[in-house]
Amino acid sequence: MIRLHDLCMAFDDELVLDHINLYINDSEFLTLLGPSGCGKTTTLRIIGGFTTPTSGDVTFDGVRINDVPPHKRQINTVFQKYALFPHLDVFENVAFGLRIAKVPEAEVTERVTEMLEVVSLKGFERRHIDQLSGGQQQRVAIARALVNRPKVLLLDEPLGALDLRLRKDMQIELKRIQQQMGITFIYVTHDQEEALTMSDTVVVMDKGRIQQIGTPEDIYNEPKNAFVADFIGESNILNGTMVRDGVVRMYRREFPCVDGGFAPNEPVDVVIRPEDIDIVPVEQGQLVGTVTNVTFKGMQYDIIVDLGGFKWLIQTTDHSPVGAQVGVKIDPEGFHIMKKSEYSGMFGDYSSYSEEYEELGAAAPDEEESGDEE
Amino acid sequence: MKNKLSRFAVPYVVWMAIFVVAPIVIMVIYAFQDAAGGFTLGNFVKMGGYGEVFVRSFKLAIIATIICLLVGYPVSYWMSREKASFQRVAMVLIMLPMWMNFLLRTYSWMTILENNGLLNQFFQKIGLISLYNNLTGSDLAYFPMMNTQGAVVLGMVYNYLPFMILPIYSVIVKLDYSLLEAARDLGANSVTVFRKVILPLSLPGVLSGITMVFVPSVSTFAISQMLGGGTEMLLGDLIERQFLGGAYNPQLGAAISLVMMIIVVVCMLVMNRFGEGEEQAVML
Repeated sequence: MIRLHDLCMAFDDELVLDHINLYINDSEFLTLLGPSGCGKTTTLRIIGGFTTPTSGDVTFDGVRINDVPPHKRQINTVFQKYALFPHLDVFENVAFGLRIAKVPEAEVTERVTEMLEVVSLKGFERRHIDQLSGGQQQRVAIARALVNRPKVLLLDEPLGALDLRLRKDMQIELKRIQQQMGITFIYVTHDQEEALTMSDTVVVMDKGRIQQIGTPEDIYNEPKNAFVADFIGESNILNGTMVRDGVVRMYRREFPCVDGGFAPNEPVDVVIRPEDIDIVPVEQGQLVGTVTNVTFKGMQYDIIVDLGGFKWLIQTTDHSPVGAQVGVKIDPEGFHIMKKSEYSGMFGDYSSYSEEYEELGAAAPDEEESGDEE
Repeated sequence: MKNKLSRFAVPYVVWMAIFVVAPIVIMVIYAFQDAAGGFTLGNFVKMGGYGEVFVRSFKLAIIATIICLLVGYPVSYWMSREKASFQRVAMVLIMLPMWMNFLLRTYSWMTILENNGLLNQFFQKIGLISLYNNLTGSDLAYFPMMNTQGAVVLGMVYNYLPFMILPIYSVIVKLDYSLLEAARDLGANSVTVFRKVILPLSLPGVLSGITMVFVPSVSTFAISQMLGGGTEMLLGDLIERQFLGGAYNPQLGAAISLVMMIIVVVCMLVMNRFGEGEEQAVML
């Protein structure tokens, strides 16, 4: 339905988007996922018509729309900070697009009322915008966009300003609305969990390039490179050698795995998800290491194990004391083998565990507030 | 505020009491006194004779305010859309005349508008006056521009235009750009964006601009004396004359001031009611 063809965007010689090619299907929930500055917001703004790409084409139902201004596109946007009109009440905010389209008054009332019901804001019609909570403003913004019955809805980190609890509720709400209305959602976020929860398709971006496109399961289970593996969930990423199909060598040992299709003895990145690793008695382990850190996470323990100088993150329900010698066992399905890429060696080591892990937790809200500086 | 005044508010309250409240009280007392100090309503009766001065003052002030609005709004709007560096320069240029003495500025207009002033000399040079004489069959040596209501309005507009531009500009420049994008996204072309978003959101600036131009315009006396030549007497002149001129009558002057103040306050209340819901408009 929407197609991005070789899209490039440069601001002051800085390449923000580097040959983006993307198909977006009808009624799809597609998420552009990536860290700040990866080009996801720029991509969204190009689709919305607020930015003109330096080169490349945007087509909508086969028609090139590069030069069509935003008000002539059948696309509506939910802005990062909602951008609700402070001089209008809830009803008039939602009715804004309909009034411009000169929809008859009776129909305006009907459609606005109906839409406010969809977003559970019935009875708020005459409220002023500054009398609403963040979550309510969010829903007004969604209603204001959807009431125009767009073919595509663009959402730019719409849940960024909400607290965790509200964000979870709104994720489910958004997915419900999308399915109920049957329209295409293009959703921008840097929150991988949000992307996995809601999307049909996830597009992982970094440095202006698409790193991987796939279903949430694909992206999680079959990451294409170290960046994707690290950005989506937790990963131990190690250097290895693919001896032959189904056999990978690391730690001077051969492990059975289920991947293949590499050249004999090709150097590869090996991804092992922390939950796919079992801690076993020393004598049963494929590898033996020392526990250096244990963190209780509620559902599980995050255990850092030093295996020959490389620190692994292991998630398990069994407690092991710090300093204990443990065996480590990985099923063949637990290995995911990736070709070497520019990201090899940059991610996937937990040697700076305690600091890094803490920082990750603390950095997330900051990132949301500052938003994308693209 | 009602129960407990912060200690830091005390100097301010004292200042207000001495320099704002007390003078108004004195003015009110004076307005109801005769020359001997007894109570009278005579001052207000006498004022009836000056009805035309009231009408003229308000008429000229309203015209000047409307012109300031018509000129000032577009200027503010275009300025706010320019680059930041341009905005700073434009701002300085608009403020610059205000750093010069008010009387000096008005005097310079006299030399421009005089019968053999700069403008008339210019018109003569380019043959505009003879062209006009030929066309209408009149026999003018110059265009009379001084001592007209037009000259007075010009003086008001020239002197008070910055007071219209500054508040409007500061409101528009602070408008959240994403609101304009949102409006475009919802189908508004640039005219509709202006009409449905920018204009209503800049109304507080417009209201305070109107106040800041109208109030000094309606009470001015220097401009009308210098550019109106005393023939176009305004309220300000009338009041001044009661205190300084031969017609010494401070009681009448106080009464006129009081009535003028009430009319202005009523005007402003009506204006603010008009803009209700658009955040509180600044009164003065």
